[in-house]
Amino acid sequence: MLNEADLAALWLTFKIASLSTTIMLIVGTPLAWWLARAQSRWKGFCNALVALPLVLPPTVLGFYLLILMGPNGVVGQITETLGLGTLPFTFGGLVVASVLYSMPFVVQPLQASFSAIGRQPLEAAATLRASPLDTFFSIVLPLAKPGFLTATILGFTHTVGEFGVVLMVGGNIPGITRVVSVQIYNHVEALEYPQTHWLAGGLLVFSFTVLFILYSVLKTQPAAQPFK
Amino acid sequence: MSIGAITARFQLNYGDFQFDVDLVLPGSGVTVLLGSSGCGKTTLLRCMAGLEHPPHGKFSINGNVWQDSEKNLFLPTYQRNLGYVFQEANLFPHLTVLDNLRFGLKRISKQPFINDKLTAITTLLGINLLLDRMPDHLSGGEKQRVAIARALILNPTILLMDEPLASLDSRRKQEVMPYLLTLQQEFNIPIVYVTHSQQEAAQLADYLVLLENGHVQASGNINETLGRIDLPLAKEKEAAVVWQAVITSHEPEFRLTNVDFKGGSLSLPMVDAPPGTKQRVQIHARDVSITLQAPSQTSILNVLSATITGITDDLDGQTVVQLQVGQLTLLSHVTRKSAQLLALKIGLLVFAQIKGTSLLH
Repeated sequence: MLNEADLAALWLTFKIASLSTTIMLIVGTPLAWWLARAQSRWKGFCNALVALPLVLPPTVLGFYLLILMGPNGVVGQITETLGLGTLPFTFGGLVVASVLYSMPFVVQPLQASFSAIGRQPLEAAATLRASPLDTFFSIVLPLAKPGFLTATILGFTHTVGEFGVVLMVGGNIPGITRVVSVQIYNHVEALEYPQTHWLAGGLLVFSFTVLFILYSVLKTQPAAQPFK
Repeated sequence: MSIGAITARFQLNYGDFQFDVDLVLPGSGVTVLLGSSGCGKTTLLRCMAGLEHPPHGKFSINGNVWQDSEKNLFLPTYQRNLGYVFQEANLFPHLTVLDNLRFGLKRISKQPFINDKLTAITTLLGINLLLDRMPDHLSGGEKQRVAIARALILNPTILLMDEPLASLDSRRKQEVMPYLLTLQQEFNIPIVYVTHSQQEAAQLADYLVLLENGHVQASGNINETLGRIDLPLAKEKEAAVVWQAVITSHEPEFRLTNVDFKGGSLSLPMVDAPPGTKQRVQIHARDVSITLQAPSQTSILNVLSATITGITDDLDGQTVVQLQVGQLTLLSHVTRKSAQLLALKIGLLVFAQIKGTSLLH
């Protein structure tokens, strides 16, 4: 069965994934909107930057984050000046790393559903006296609901599943940075296979169930399905 | 509110497409923007609505200035008191018909007592039984009627319509057209209507603007513009003028209706409407022949005295003759040989025999 360390790792994972997903939705929504609507020449650059974690080995991303956020890195010096200390091997550091690492899983479904809405409903709303902000909340949000559902679930589950970035940026500190994936690694290292099965199997069932529910819900709204 | 109360001046440059329009339009009645696709008619309508933002432009309607680039003034669309009907009805798919209708209302008025108005407009457009439906469960014609109601319910200063019938099949067109015709009578607001269909223009327009390649080719009262022989329209096989007339009496024994126009009268096939009703009559140039003397024995009922005001030849041995009848313009297509034999020339007094008329409404 699960021991106390396992439960602590589960609870930590849940906290990081929830917080990261919330931050990703807040930052990712305007970003995805801009990427879907703008015709700036910076668009390609930003698209590539957001998608980078999809192709980069997590260790590479983790390594550079470690350097950047460390005491000699640009970000590290800023956080130290602000009196926040440095971020590596802290809960905050892990959240920052998770946000960057899982961002494409939030931005891309949002961007796809914003693009699918097109400009016509927005123009119709404008001719019916709705300001752009009003239109965003009364038209775009409801029409992009499947996109938000996908973004939330993929962002959350992907954060739960990360390993390489965590190990590089967070290390293996119980209760602070030791998330489920790291705990599984520890169990395997110690040849505690029964313990591993409980966590690994649990994660497998969790991920499959969530995705199964997601795609079943999206099937009822095929036009709005961002991933086909 | 005076006539000539809409000023629209826009300049846009889309690479190889130059759009340059300077128009003064009547502040009431239906203005039709007619032209083939790519002529800029939809662009003009979108500029009026503020959906396009031309760097150089001025748009004012009945005293409200919505754009004046010289004063750096540009009201965004949502601050303009307009109604817009799109080619595709463009209803919000996640809202019922009723919520689509309420969408704009909620944003202009805080008072809940809008139900009378809603009932009046939904009845007028025949959609009062559809209020609980989702847009996906409406036919094309029904969607477009909901879209028209949604625009009108806001009491706009102007109604802009972008080919509202173009996406409908001919049966659905017939279904929606009568509602468009009632709009003019029921709502005293200027309507600007974009179409590529000459037939729709003839049915609806009081004022006609012809657009070609981003420029205004002609603009004026419908009768005047359709009767201009310097325009390609007058030389087409389907060339026709439109007269606005009023029913004066009926002759039921002959199944005939008499109408008056500015400067004369006509007999038409029986119309089921009381005297005093306005009636639009379309007269094709190919149905009008010319004689020099008043024909004393002819089967043709409508013989009108006229003055020749213009003559031009087309390419196929036809001559287009422009006639003035009363205060209205009439076109006649005759063969070039007849034109020479009769020695038709400008200023000549002749008689126009009208073989047939089409009633528009």
